[in-house]
Amino acid sequence: MSFLDVKDLKIHFPTDDGVVKSVDGLTFGLERGQTLGIVGESGSGKSVTSLGILGLHKGGRAKISGEIWLDGEELVSAPAEQVRGLRGKKMAMIFQDPLSSMHPYYTVGHQIIEAYRIHNAVSKQVARKHAVDLLGRVGIPEPGKRVDSYPHEFSGGMRQRAMIAMALSCDPELLIADEPTTALDVTVQAQILDLMRDLQREFNSALIIITHDLGVVAELADDILVMYGGKCVEYGKTDEIFYNPEHPYTWGLLGSMPRLDREPTERLLPIKGSPPSLINVPPGCAFHPRCPYADRTEGRASTEVPDLAPTERGHLVRCHMPRTERRSLWENEIKPVLETQ
Amino acid sequence: MLTYIIRRLIGAIAMLIVISMVTFGIFFVVPQWAGSSPEAMASRYVGRAATPETVHLVAQKLGFYDPVIVQYGRFAKGIVAGAEYDYGAGVEQCPAPCFGYSFISGQPVWPDLLDRMPVTFSLAIGAALLWVLGGVSVGVISALRRGTFFDRLSMGTALAGVSLPIFFTGMLSLVVFSYGLGWTPPGGSWTDFTENPAQWAFNLLLPWITLAFLFAATYARLTRAGMLETMGEDYVRTARAKGLSERDVVVKHGLRAALTPILTLFGIDFGLLIGGAVLTETTYTLPGLGQFAILAIRNQDLPQVMGVVLFAACFVVVASLIVDLLYAWVDPRVRLS
Repeated sequence: MSFLDVKDLKIHFPTDDGVVKSVDGLTFGLERGQTLGIVGESGSGKSVTSLGILGLHKGGRAKISGEIWLDGEELVSAPAEQVRGLRGKKMAMIFQDPLSSMHPYYTVGHQIIEAYRIHNAVSKQVARKHAVDLLGRVGIPEPGKRVDSYPHEFSGGMRQRAMIAMALSCDPELLIADEPTTALDVTVQAQILDLMRDLQREFNSALIIITHDLGVVAELADDILVMYGGKCVEYGKTDEIFYNPEHPYTWGLLGSMPRLDREPTERLLPIKGSPPSLINVPPGCAFHPRCPYADRTEGRASTEVPDLAPTERGHLVRCHMPRTERRSLWENEIKPVLETQ
Repeated sequence: MLTYIIRRLIGAIAMLIVISMVTFGIFFVVPQWAGSSPEAMASRYVGRAATPETVHLVAQKLGFYDPVIVQYGRFAKGIVAGAEYDYGAGVEQCPAPCFGYSFISGQPVWPDLLDRMPVTFSLAIGAALLWVLGGVSVGVISALRRGTFFDRLSMGTALAGVSLPIFFTGMLSLVVFSYGLGWTPPGGSWTDFTENPAQWAFNLLLPWITLAFLFAATYARLTRAGMLETMGEDYVRTARAKGLSERDVVVKHGLRAALTPILTLFGIDFGLLIGGAVLTETTYTLPGLGQFAILAIRNQDLPQVMGVVLFAACFVVVASLIVDLLYAWVDPRVRLS
């Protein structure tokens, strides 16, 4: 069993309009020191998954089933109080928008000290020293002074560094970063990614990066899990996903990714249509209304939910098309287009 | 931060000056615009039986023939530095702050105001404690248990609280608890705190609860709305992700942010109340500033009315000044601008 093992995780929200199936049967594993990238459009269930692992849906309206094993402890059936004890200590989270994710009324130092003292019975002075150390470690200049600043006195990149410092305060073994660079300038993005990679090596923690930016996961992830409509559609080693993707949705994601080596005049290849409603998920394969190859499945695309089946290369794909057909489509139609662009 | 405080202080002083001008204008300038002559105004000071010569003389002595600006200057000086009144038979000293003498009793206004203050203060402070604690906690619980029976019940009660006027709830409470059940003392009971604290609190219990009910309703609704908003904020999710206990999440992160608008409202409400809880004091016949104001108006006792108006205005200005300063303390982002 891996350090983190998620088995058939389902997170459903009953609403007046119907049940929102935000996460619908997700399975994956992650070892210490490894990085998993979860990729997908807005509303594909990425963030809900991460909040679910942290147990932040407990006590709410969400219906959660399946298993989440963290270092031998099962979290879905565990009492909320037990999961709270792990939160911030064994598993921590870095949020997307550091300005709205930090409390505007408390200093950055106070918020880090608070996070540290929840799980460590130390004096305020000791915790403060720890906070200054952490701020220094994530690359904030003059940490002894900045510790007393308020979040609004920091720049966007500094705030995200402070947020990372807060998440790292108790040396978590599992770190989940939800769109950690989306709200940042491009130049700062690279710095933050480097920082996260360095820190991960230092702490040997398991890292989950949630993003819709394939560039980010290409940089950091060992494994990639592509989500669509609350389900995993492709899951495998990063190189496999980038060089031998087999799901039409992944092809779409790769095609819509801006790249420096492309001619600026070339158009991106957006995926047609919009993400599915999670209440009325299209029958059969959730992607079929947008899939250009849906007619190659002998009509099963709209009637039958495809299984997440392994390829001989060892990664998992959820697609009705025959393997040979997918391979030839990729080799002959998709890859050349992506490469010439 | 220091410049912020200084700016607010200057603003407050300017506000007080403007208020004194407006008050003075209403009582001395507007009547003249409306056709009231200096003699007619002076006649209020001397009584109906006075001869026209006396009235003229008094009007001269009181300076009603002087330009308005000079009259205002004299009025303002009286408040700041005290005044001297020459009645012919000798000069009378009116120490600062001098609001003049009552038409009815002939007593200086200021000591009368001071006499009334403890009653209104006691009423306001006790009620404020009750309504803030009660209103805010009900609001928090309602927000956390949104849609439950408790939420509906408390919000229904709150609606009744805002809608029911104090002379209704006050009368009802007197009829039921004082005259019916005999649990609480009848209206008009007042004991000074220094004399007997227990009796003081016992006498004020009913007015406190009635007044607090009215305000608590607003605060409960405001707190509930604020909490529903802040509990959905990203930083509350962060607080949970840190592993903070739900109680700390609610109090330190959710409520802390929801309190800011409540603080503003509280400053204004409390300031107004200190200036005289007119309806409550009248309903329970408590000898406070509100009752004083009503009597002064009924008697057309101009110096008393002006005194109580300025006094009350002062409290509102001071209260909002304190709120401004607290605001900066509570919300660090305010200090920047």
